[in-house]
Amino acid sequence: MTFSHQQSAHCESGVMSSLLTNAGFAISEPMVFGLSSALAFAYLPIIKLNGMPLIAYRMPPKHIINTLNKRLGLAIQTQRFSNAAAGQQALDQALAKQQAVGLQTSVFWLPYFPAEMRFHFNAHNLLVYGKQQDNYLISDPVFEDVVQCDAAALTKARFAKGALAPKGLMYTLGNTPAEPNWPRLIRQSIKATSRILDGLPLPWIGVRGILHLANKIARLDPAAVKYNRLYLTHIVRMQEEIGTGGAGFRFMYASFLQEAADKLNEPLLQQAANEMTQIGDGWRGFASQLVQYCKAKQANTDFAPLAASLRVLAQHERELMQQLAAWSRSGF
Amino acid sequence: MKLNEVPQHDSSSYGGHKKLLYVTTDDGRYTPSQSSGWDTEAYATQLAVQTLQQQAEQAYLQWQQGLVSPLPFLMYQARLDEAGLSQVSGFWCWRIRRHFNPARYRRLPEAILQRYSDALAVPLAQLLAYQSVGNQQE
Repeated sequence: MTFSHQQSAHCESGVMSSLLTNAGFAISEPMVFGLSSALAFAYLPIIKLNGMPLIAYRMPPKHIINTLNKRLGLAIQTQRFSNAAAGQQALDQALAKQQAVGLQTSVFWLPYFPAEMRFHFNAHNLLVYGKQQDNYLISDPVFEDVVQCDAAALTKARFAKGALAPKGLMYTLGNTPAEPNWPRLIRQSIKATSRILDGLPLPWIGVRGILHLANKIARLDPAAVKYNRLYLTHIVRMQEEIGTGGAGFRFMYASFLQEAADKLNEPLLQQAANEMTQIGDGWRGFASQLVQYCKAKQANTDFAPLAASLRVLAQHERELMQQLAAWSRSGF
Repeated sequence: MKLNEVPQHDSSSYGGHKKLLYVTTDDGRYTPSQSSGWDTEAYATQLAVQTLQQQAEQAYLQWQQGLVSPLPFLMYQARLDEAGLSQVSGFWCWRIRRHFNPARYRRLPEAILQRYSDALAVPLAQLLAYQSVGNQQE
């Protein structure tokens, strides 16, 4: 099977973009991300990562696949397996039919990941497009080039245990969409995003979640210097380290808004894209501010400026989401 | 972020790879662009890695002194904490904590060590060897 690999910022949107593009429906990663309304913010203290709260800048894993499946009518077929041998057999059968296959895997067991990046995260997505002897040919969206992985390691990665265990999940494309109704889809997806970011009555989600985080920062105990440094850098890691395309997916969403503006010839969306770029730059600046704060030799005990920057970002996002919500409600 | 502002700081945590960022050209058009790392992000990553390393070193010393079994050291090396190891291995936290006791660890049957071997990516033979030579000093 001929397969063209493209590098992406984020695994799930990258897999969907690659899968559709190779099936003859060219779609960019930001378009996949935007159409599936994946932009979000969530502060989840219940879920701990090495003792730190989960801070997410997007919707939870599998949201992109499921939402895009629904909105574009892709008839995606998914399979899970209770036993590893059956999982590998099904993968081989799908490959024999010349299908590209999406897999959910753990990062920890994939040998082609550099040791520095390997940790126990079970919701990684990749595409398998062929097999040579015992090696699977893999298009991993966050890598520059295609990679290979032996069958034993891939099976181990597919059947890793723990939170979000993949249970061998594999998915293949059923339909390639015809030319979809872009105006309707874009409106629908932007409306959903504006609701997620500014419209849920939950204090941990969306703009209210950002404000909640600002309050948390303002109330940090100045005496706990070591914890504070870990806490503040944890925010930076969640925003930048895990493939986000920069600034916690804000740049990717701005790119989507720009593409949508071109498609619909809508100056308001172009304006919104510029605003979102400014917001992304704001998040990058906030990250620098946090790290500079942590690097300071003399432990600074005034957290107010950090919280204030975050509140400015929250306000900016709220205003933009209100504009977008108003636009998505206005007629066709 | 502008295309000419994309940081290229060769972060060690990227392992020589490059990540994709979405940035704008001079006329405001978006384009994907590769980055080899950003110092701000690298600082945050290093701080987290350092913390885990310190925990691993401490656990190693305690193991060598015969205070704990090798499991805490191996756990931190695999970038896990107790809650994480519990999820990956399927053992409850209180059982894992019991296995941290060196005397109990030495009596563990192969079947249990096999589950730790699967969870921590450490060969079973190594875990078995630790049972006899791990803590000579009582």
